[in-house]
Amino acid sequence: MSAADAHAEAARLMGICNACRYCEGYCAVFPAMERRIDFASADVSYLANLCHECGACHSACQYAPPHEFAVNIPRTFAAVRVATYEECAWPGAFAGLFRRSPLLVATAMALSAALFLALGAAATGGLFMRRDGGFYAIFPHGLLVAMFAPAFGFAVLALAMGAARYRQLVRDSTGISPEGADALRAAGDALTLRYLDGGGEGCFEGRGDPAKPRRVFHHFTFYGFGLCFAATAVAALYHYVLGLSAPYALTSLPVALGTLGGLGLVAGPAGLLWLDARRAIELVEPGQRSMQRSFVALLLLVSVTGLALLALRDTALMGPLLAIHLGFVLAFFVTLPYGKFVHGIYRSQALAKFAREIRAPNTAGIADG
Amino acid sequence: MDLSVERPDVLVLGGGNAGLCAAITAREAGARVLVLESAPPWQRGGNSRHTRNLRCRHDAPEDVLTASYRDDEYLDDLMRVTGGLTDAALARLVIRESGSCRAWMRAHGAHFQPALGGTLQLSRTNAFFLGGGRALMNAYYRAAERIGVAILYEAEARELEVQGGRFVAAKVGYRGRTHRVAGKALVAASGGFEANLEWLREAWGAAADNFIVRGTPHNRGAVLRALLDAGAVQVSDPGQCHAIALDARSPKFDGGIATRVDSVTLGIMVNRDGQRFYDEGEDFWPKRYAIWGRLIAGQPGQIAYSIIDAKALGRFMPTIFPGETAGTLPELARKLGLPEAQLVETVARFNAAIRPGRFDHTALDDCATAGLTPAKTHWAQAIDRPPFTGYPLRPGITFTYLGVKVDEQARVAFANGTGAGNVFAAGEIMAGNILGQGYLAGIGMTIGTTFGRIAGKEAAAHVRG
Repeated sequence: MSAADAHAEAARLMGICNACRYCEGYCAVFPAMERRIDFASADVSYLANLCHECGACHSACQYAPPHEFAVNIPRTFAAVRVATYEECAWPGAFAGLFRRSPLLVATAMALSAALFLALGAAATGGLFMRRDGGFYAIFPHGLLVAMFAPAFGFAVLALAMGAARYRQLVRDSTGISPEGADALRAAGDALTLRYLDGGGEGCFEGRGDPAKPRRVFHHFTFYGFGLCFAATAVAALYHYVLGLSAPYALTSLPVALGTLGGLGLVAGPAGLLWLDARRAIELVEPGQRSMQRSFVALLLLVSVTGLALLALRDTALMGPLLAIHLGFVLAFFVTLPYGKFVHGIYRSQALAKFAREIRAPNTAGIADG
Repeated sequence: MDLSVERPDVLVLGGGNAGLCAAITAREAGARVLVLESAPPWQRGGNSRHTRNLRCRHDAPEDVLTASYRDDEYLDDLMRVTGGLTDAALARLVIRESGSCRAWMRAHGAHFQPALGGTLQLSRTNAFFLGGGRALMNAYYRAAERIGVAILYEAEARELEVQGGRFVAAKVGYRGRTHRVAGKALVAASGGFEANLEWLREAWGAAADNFIVRGTPHNRGAVLRALLDAGAVQVSDPGQCHAIALDARSPKFDGGIATRVDSVTLGIMVNRDGQRFYDEGEDFWPKRYAIWGRLIAGQPGQIAYSIIDAKALGRFMPTIFPGETAGTLPELARKLGLPEAQLVETVARFNAAIRPGRFDHTALDDCATAGLTPAKTHWAQAIDRPPFTGYPLRPGITFTYLGVKVDEQARVAFANGTGAGNVFAAGEIMAGNILGQGYLAGIGMTIGTTFGRIAGKEAAAHVRG
């Protein structure tokens, strides 16, 4: 679905939903909708990014296809979100990458893994020599910093620019913007995935009972990622402050955090891919699905290669595993601003806007007379 | 599947709220239960899939319900809307049981939410199910399947073998063939006949052609007619129904809640001749919305137009179809196909008749007309500020009240006191026992839930002997 089509369809659906309102209790989307009468582009970009795609409203919808009103909020909003990501992409010339996620991710992974394999092969002693866990003997610390720091720095910059663009995109006539307390509330909602819950029943993947696994797998993924990030941060502290060089013992803090995070990053993405495969086809927006699968698969491959490296770091396979793992991690940072990762940023911003909005009286108020 | 080998203890006709409440209750009591639902899976649940709440008694604030709503007030409300046309014993039974419905519903997968935006006036009396009626039906179907209730879709009972008031078997259309399905007890929960346009025409004449059916296209009344033909005692009459004002541009069937238009109290209603015909401000909209279907049905061409000005915008629930708007009344009349001069004159006479008052849409205010027939007794404000907006409205029929007489065990009464006591009814097909006329928001689901549970329990008890 093109960006314009997705916006027009979303506005049509909001007109129907706003006259019905049965789904008000499921999530933030519908209470936010009720504060509006017209659905301009800014409103649609805001509402669509509030949607966590739990599927509850679709399962409950008396107007879902084959009804002639053909209401399908999860899929339409997913299409709008892809459009949002493109509109907010920085630099704008890279916007087209969101719809080419599988190609982008696969290319980035292949190229950067090949780069590290080549660098490793060129290192003194070659890639397969046993080095008793001495990573820096193959890839000197300085070289790694020189490669990862710019990749990471650019990703942060691109994401920040995207966030600034999204803020502009959803700016509406109310002119009010979130404050500290709203950001805090939004952070809580995001960190607990409050709305990935079908109003308390769980997610609807299609037929069958609503269930909680998607939220659980997302938590594994997010907090697994967080632990891995923490492991890297602690390792940097060890290196620069304490002067302790890698490799660290299995019982050390960086390795413990990384192992725990890595396990979460296996269980979470694997579970999400499993759920994605079972998801009812009418809920699936192809552009969104390929983006999601690419990102989740990359996370899974990063964690699997990381854990394999940990297990085999004292064997001759350490060198090639390290090269592949580092290649995948580099690919992760390079592709970060142009894939599914951005959903967390825009959704958090939308949640903050919602938190601000609901503190004020509903000015689109319908007299309860 | 050869249906002739299916020999359930309890055969439930209709897979809406009442049918599923009956099926689940009977199954939990140990009976083998078969539900025949005439709709395909996506459209299952009859009119229940379009509902959103049920009316519940309570002595104090309870979960989603505020304050209290005691039996006597509930009964007073029912007496007022029906004009006393109700079986008082059955009405009291429904009201008494309405307090225990929510716990049972929760135990079978229902979730509740506070009154929806724009419906605060119902927060004391009506409990809203999370996600509305289709979500509730989904939960009930899951609960029924879990405990082993057999369910067939697109299976329509067309005829009944009832001998001397004893149910023997049903003739069922299923996958292109007619099957004979026998059972030890029958629960008829197949709704009214509102989707049967020929039958509506018998009751309403040619006017019926202009009715819109708000709910399921599957309530064709075959089981109701079969029971009446077999000697079941009739309640109410074919002309009684719950009908509201709907946007005339709605689909013929299944448009549900979103097609209603709530602007009536804020302006004037005119018929196709541009004439007013009823007091638009008689009472609060939630107390009057249910009379406008019949009022419009009585107008020429069964169409009417809600005319409002800029002051009313944003004061009523958003509509699914945008209204026609115009800068002047003649232009609006042209767009709506109304006689220009007459509309202008009607509005002028209305504006001139308004006495000064303080407009307050949340109260029965003192803005009224003087010396105008019909009067507008509240919320009368001049229609003078452009843009002017008009919505074309038609009668939208929700469900018919013609039904079969039941007792407190949901047993269908047969003429001359015959009957073997194995025929039960629940839901719309017997709602006319309680709703002789008029409507009280949310009572349809209360009747269905209460009598569905009773029918299921009694049918299972009958089978056990």
